[in-house]
Amino acid sequence: MRILVVGAGEVGSSIAGSLSDGHDVIVVDIDPERVDSLTYSEDVLAIAGDGTDTDVLRDAGVEAVDVVIASTDDDETNLAVCGTVDTMSDAFTIARVKNTVYLDTWREYEGAFDVDFMVCTDLLAAEAIVRVIGLPTAQDVDPFADGLVEMAEFDVPADSPIAGETVAEADRFEELTFVAVIPDGADHAEIPRGDTVIYPDSRVVVVGRPPSVREFARSIDPESAAGKVEDVVIVGGSKTGELTAAALANRGIHPRIIEYDEERARELAERLPGATVYSHDATDPEFLSREHVKDADAVVATLGSDERSLLAALLAKREGVERTIAVVEQMRYVDLFETVGVDVAVNPRQVTAEEITRFTRERRAENVAIIEPGGAEVLEVEVEEDSVLTGRTIKEVMADLPDGVVVGAITRNGDYVTPRGDTVVDVGDHVVAFVQASALDEVTSKL
Amino acid sequence: MTLRVTWRASASLVGTVLKWMTVPLLLPLAVALYYGDGGIAAFVTTIAASFTVGVALERLGDPADLGSREGFLMVAATWLAVSIVGAIPYLVAAHGLPGIAAATSPGSTLGSPVNALFETMSGFTTTGATVMGDISFDQHSHGILLWRQLTQWLGGMGIVVLAVAILPELSVGGAQLMDAEAPGPSLEKLTPRIAETARALWLAYAGITAVEIVLLYGLHHGGFAPNMGLYNAVAHGFTTMATGGFSPEARSIEAFAGVVQWVIVPFMLLAGTNFALIWQALTGDTDALFGDSEFRFYTGVLATFTALIAGLLFTGPTLDVVVGPIAGELESSLRHAAFQAVSIVTTTGYASMDFAEWGTAGQYVLFIAIFLGGSAGSTGGAVKMVRWLVILKSLKRELFTTVHPEAVRPVRLGGRALDETALRGIYAFTAVYFVLFVAATIFVAVDVTRIPETLSALEVMSAVAATLGNVGPGFGAVGPMGFYEFLPASTKLAMVGLMWIGRLEILPVLVLLTRAYWTS
Repeated sequence: MRILVVGAGEVGSSIAGSLSDGHDVIVVDIDPERVDSLTYSEDVLAIAGDGTDTDVLRDAGVEAVDVVIASTDDDETNLAVCGTVDTMSDAFTIARVKNTVYLDTWREYEGAFDVDFMVCTDLLAAEAIVRVIGLPTAQDVDPFADGLVEMAEFDVPADSPIAGETVAEADRFEELTFVAVIPDGADHAEIPRGDTVIYPDSRVVVVGRPPSVREFARSIDPESAAGKVEDVVIVGGSKTGELTAAALANRGIHPRIIEYDEERARELAERLPGATVYSHDATDPEFLSREHVKDADAVVATLGSDERSLLAALLAKREGVERTIAVVEQMRYVDLFETVGVDVAVNPRQVTAEEITRFTRERRAENVAIIEPGGAEVLEVEVEEDSVLTGRTIKEVMADLPDGVVVGAITRNGDYVTPRGDTVVDVGDHVVAFVQASALDEVTSKL
Repeated sequence: MTLRVTWRASASLVGTVLKWMTVPLLLPLAVALYYGDGGIAAFVTTIAASFTVGVALERLGDPADLGSREGFLMVAATWLAVSIVGAIPYLVAAHGLPGIAAATSPGSTLGSPVNALFETMSGFTTTGATVMGDISFDQHSHGILLWRQLTQWLGGMGIVVLAVAILPELSVGGAQLMDAEAPGPSLEKLTPRIAETARALWLAYAGITAVEIVLLYGLHHGGFAPNMGLYNAVAHGFTTMATGGFSPEARSIEAFAGVVQWVIVPFMLLAGTNFALIWQALTGDTDALFGDSEFRFYTGVLATFTALIAGLLFTGPTLDVVVGPIAGELESSLRHAAFQAVSIVTTTGYASMDFAEWGTAGQYVLFIAIFLGGSAGSTGGAVKMVRWLVILKSLKRELFTTVHPEAVRPVRLGGRALDETALRGIYAFTAVYFVLFVAATIFVAVDVTRIPETLSALEVMSAVAATLGNVGPGFGAVGPMGFYEFLPASTKLAMVGLMWIGRLEILPVLVLLTRAYWTS
């Protein structure tokens, strides 16, 4: 497939990088320096110019392009790119926006702004945060097959009951599959066998039915996961914070929001009837103790600046909050945040890049989550006639596929099917599989 | 000192309204001609006077100069002017003209200018307090008594709203004028053009009035209401939808069968409802009405008061009253409770019986109800439901922020957050309302020592509250079967002022009394 990416910021570069191994990627960016550096760092064709200019688009060969991804940092530019492309070619258009108003319009009116697929950075980040809060010890949670299947990554603390157990011992759940284990300090995920030992501080990736995933979360950390999440404090009323609060309120959780700016606090209070908004400095210890912030089940720091979010998250941790989640704007800080004590760091751009990548990959791969480190992926495929899976048992299929593939879950007509060696896969089934980075190309072409 | 108000523009528009007031005056004139029991001269004189004064005022200035300040003056002056001109028929009918005999019997109290003004102001402001001791066709002609009903119907939806609906020259400043007149904290525009909004409101108002008239007259034809003839059906239709309360029957609605009282209750309830919501419901959006938080609160309050009073009446002492037994009788307890609660809360002021005969508990419950009022945008008076609802909600907010001082918590009404300025306006209105109530009560209490009758505290307070809230009847001597005539002229004039101020929701009138309004 030929893919044109307009805008080579963090999101655009990340998308271009992950798509370039299987597709022809052309990148257009207005900044010649960025274009230069991209030419050398990634295997893509980079062109300097304005993505809304028809001459530039023609130079980029827009008529022959299959997918256009507009991922500049400016919403209106992205919409203009999609509109321009739509008049020039039949390419599938994908736009990234910040403003949820555009997203609402697009969802309500099909094909609005000539955009075929739209993603909203802040909303995706908020959804990621809510998923993480829903599972108290999870690092990342992604839904597959319309929510019938969940993939979750967990860190196994040293005092966890399953630390030191083998996978066979820890896997006490019918509808759950261990698809990867990442020992502490390893540079890539390993596919576990029954006798693989889960060492303390390693990370495990499981795929399964959401209730089973939840039960598993409880078995990892019975203490913090036992109670239902009820009290969430959001520090900083940024757009992500607001959307997180709205998503939590939809799930019956009434979050508390602390926003320093009085006007913004008032605005949030008006828009979020389900939340309690405070206008105060979240670093004031007296205030934090008066409002019993330490009793919160989770604190989300979304102050808009990484330094302040880090400070707020660490302060909350020191107050005694069980779980802290911080939004990190800079991708390179994600690991740093988690190292110094923030439980989960969510990077909106990474989440966005994942979402766009999942949509742009071979049309059959419907959904994808990237497992770091190592770049392995959990992906969802709808089985078609020509797939290697069709009409065969999993055991037979595995012999034809390279190492580094685990089938985690299957859904059939909206029902969950636990994959076993003798399970026969039918056309129309959705298969959620873990695939090592090295096996990605071969597997995606065969499935 | 230079005046910063182009009063001539206001006066000119008042003139236009007076000029057009000749049209509604044709109805009682026609009635007077039909019945032939006098009053023709009274209406012809008034039409001539209204037209002459109107045309003269109109020439004083250019209505195009009307700004927001002139708007307040125009609205306040209009209500005063129509009340003065509207009093002319009573005076002419009482005194006659050279060569024409008086139409009203000499025993009538309406010959005194203060009384006539009181009656007209009470009419236009839909108060329903009366100075007529003996309301009967023996004393007054059919035309005069119909004019009394018609003043309420004209004042109900608002004279200025009506003017905006029909006068093209008011299309620009109309919204501001209607805002000054419309009951409630803010005006709701239903259509892009304000004149169309005004027309929609009047159409809904006139339509529901017509339905009520047909129903009441239907009851008469069905044999359920022998004395609800066409004249009475029209007369009561006019004053129900206006939340007025005047009746050509001396015993108010007590004069009619129970079924008539039951039919009037839902119409009073509608009259106390926001007409913008009624319009939306009529055009298909019933959720707008039933989902509205003020409407829910309003119906909830009415249900609570009805249940409370019904309980008191049902279990109360056996009353020796003309309307028959009440205690222990479920239907009549419920009927009188519902009728009286709805009548007083909506500020209609009809009576299904003399509630002075109830036990004290029931009377005090009704006294509290005088302060409630109908919905914003209705024809009702007093404080209005939406203000009480907002005050209750903001009290709840205060309690919360006492515990959590940093919490930011907007007061919400139907999901929408209220602006703090709007909240302040509501507090201010309610505070001024009660200050005015207390001040006027003190004045009346002192003033009535000049007359031989002694009034109880409840009588004085209820008389003030009933005129300020445009309710009408108070308790005791000024109760539904009593009248305000015996009060000293100074008290009656003060009450004319209270009715005027109360109908325009205080601030548009009070602002005229400030120096800043005129000079800065």
